[in-house]
Amino acid sequence: MSGRLEVMKTYKLYINGAFPRTESGRSYEITSNKGEFLANACLASRKDLRDAVVAARAAQSSWAKATAFNRGQIMYRIAEMLEGRSDQFAQEISLQTGSSAKESLQEVSDSVDLLVWYAGWSDKLPSLAGSTNPVSGPFYNFTVPEPLGVVGVIAPIDKPLFGFVAAIAPILVSGNTAVALASSTAPLSAISFAEVVATSDLPNGVLNVLSGQQSELAPWFASHMDIDGLDISGLPVDQHGAVKEAGVENLKRISTFTKSSEPGRILAFMEAKTVWHPIGN
Amino acid sequence: MNFEYAAAPESRSVVKIDPEYGHFINGKWVNGSKHFNTINPATEEVLSSISLGSAADVDAAVKAARNAFEKSWSKLSGRERGKYLFRIARIMQERAREFAVLETLDNGKPIRESRDVDVPLSAAHFFYHAGWADKLEYAGVDTTTAPHGVVGQIIPWNFPLLMLAWKVAPALATGNTVVLKPAETTSLTALLFGQVCQQAGLPDGVVNIVTGDGSTGSAIVNHPGIDKIAFTGSTEVGKLIARAVAPTNKSLTLELGGKGANIVFGDAAIDQTVEGIVNGIFFNQGHVCCAGSRLILQESIADEVLEKLKRRMDKIRVGDPLDKNTDLGAINSAEQLAKIRELTAAGEAEGAGRWSSNCALPENGFWFAPTIFTGVTQAHRIAREEIFGPVLSVLTFRTPAEAIEKANNTPFGLSAGIWSEKGSNILWATQQLRAGVIWANTFNKFDPASPFGGYKESGWGREGGRHGLSAYLKGSAK
Repeated sequence: MSGRLEVMKTYKLYINGAFPRTESGRSYEITSNKGEFLANACLASRKDLRDAVVAARAAQSSWAKATAFNRGQIMYRIAEMLEGRSDQFAQEISLQTGSSAKESLQEVSDSVDLLVWYAGWSDKLPSLAGSTNPVSGPFYNFTVPEPLGVVGVIAPIDKPLFGFVAAIAPILVSGNTAVALASSTAPLSAISFAEVVATSDLPNGVLNVLSGQQSELAPWFASHMDIDGLDISGLPVDQHGAVKEAGVENLKRISTFTKSSEPGRILAFMEAKTVWHPIGN
Repeated sequence: MNFEYAAAPESRSVVKIDPEYGHFINGKWVNGSKHFNTINPATEEVLSSISLGSAADVDAAVKAARNAFEKSWSKLSGRERGKYLFRIARIMQERAREFAVLETLDNGKPIRESRDVDVPLSAAHFFYHAGWADKLEYAGVDTTTAPHGVVGQIIPWNFPLLMLAWKVAPALATGNTVVLKPAETTSLTALLFGQVCQQAGLPDGVVNIVTGDGSTGSAIVNHPGIDKIAFTGSTEVGKLIARAVAPTNKSLTLELGGKGANIVFGDAAIDQTVEGIVNGIFFNQGHVCCAGSRLILQESIADEVLEKLKRRMDKIRVGDPLDKNTDLGAINSAEQLAKIRELTAAGEAEGAGRWSSNCALPENGFWFAPTIFTGVTQAHRIAREEIFGPVLSVLTFRTPAEAIEKANNTPFGLSAGIWSEKGSNILWATQQLRAGVIWANTFNKFDPASPFGGYKESGWGREGGRHGLSAYLKGSAK
């Protein structure tokens, strides 16, 4: 026996730019598809969710106020950072899901390319989704899309990296902040992705990542009064009704998506603001 | 010297009101098994007896709408659909006087407003959407051109015909068929609209109108044959509907309540602002979801604005809605009057200062004098709850940041007003306000080309403009 003992990573949560353990002190075992131990992931609690929402709310207005150009550049920077760690991410995906090295590397490349695609929308979508409106009267009237605020994500179980990126990129690019629950069975990719984000100049609190059980946390995402929108694409369809019902208390905007790259995913978490001003002297 | 206006009443001979009305289902008039009276809120005179829609009536209407969707309406080209909408718009213009008088009789709003706002805007809404019917592929980013199918629409009593137009015009333009329920107290112009559909030769079942109360609305919301629900009304009822729809595949748009902030900065043009404040809260008796019901004044000009506002309010003419000089008509119902009284009593009990204009109110009917409350704090019920009447709550601020914080301190987010002569200040405030419609140096302006709808608990989706159309088209996102 020669060789050295591997230094294993402790996977923690990502809240407000820091990597805390869950306040609950709980963890759950993540295994490979062959049943080998991979890590003890944090089993995030309702309190962790609330802390993450506080961070996301605090970060939201300044992120929305950043110029579209700046937000686009930061999103592109995330893609750059991810590209440089492709092999590590591919290996991590394969360990968790059992997909082949080639498939996993493809998932990473797809994730990088999707980030680049969404990054470019930041300073273009408002031109397409806004309008100047020809009203009957001496008024200048225009409509602009604005970010919704704090958006929750229940990420898909499959495609632990690509599914996560496809959910958070369209939310962040418009100026929303996000609290995202990683794939319950394969959360390691999302937690590692947080390390990429942490080195990409994304302001603290703009993206917050939790690992834990959908069944435990989804109801709290749904009923939280300071979450404005929710992407439940990753949640089994038979649970959508209950989540939507709980979301009614603050008329949360709740959506599911089937396509990964479409501007509609960005617009689902934006509001249209219409402004009138008289013309004349 | 005392100048008095001579009475200038609009003649009601232009309208013929039947003693009894049925539902408009599948192009025919179908009498309901039960009826209820609709009254003129200005006199309490019974105008007619209206059918109370049962679950069976709703079912018949949904079947007719489904049949029309499958057999005729979805088979028509957009161009042909558009021509029907143009026809409807024209007939509404031709019968504008009739619509205006009927609306004022049934709703209590001044003829000046029904004649100059409600009816022309309703016709304009059909004109606007008629032109969209054959251009849906250009309507938006990531929208399809596919209609939902049968749409259930439930509308309020404050703008009965206009809210009908806001709902029906985009639904038909996009190829949906409709089951519409007007508000319990204001069915008559919707029923007259049924006659317009007949005159326009609209295929049977494309528009169905079922009159009734909340139970009728509930039958529509819960009917499994309906693909989409569109509702305008209170946030409370909107949430009930959203909960009912949550476990289903129906799509849903909601246009709900508001507590609009009307912010006056120290540099505002005061006289113009005072007119805007009056228009913001006393238009349509304050029965406006986007009313500027919270006046937020910069301290430096608060006394001057309030003095001029009171002087102006004393000139508001309250009375016979059919009189062409009337500014403020009747409160729509005894129930709404009771709600206004309850909230204004709470305002006094909680310590705000009440001032009402010195006007004589008619003996019969439902009336409320234009009223303002000063010294209102953010904790007062009259600053938090929608009063939906001619009652203005006045708050003050020192810094612009404080104004924005107060304006946004509400679960609602429908409208806001900004009064300032400095362009950069207006645009700054516009960006800070969390509301779907911002009126700067104006208030309560509406247009079919202008998207309308709320942030936060004021609703889901927009109505009007390109943005409003997408609610009636299937999107890729659900």
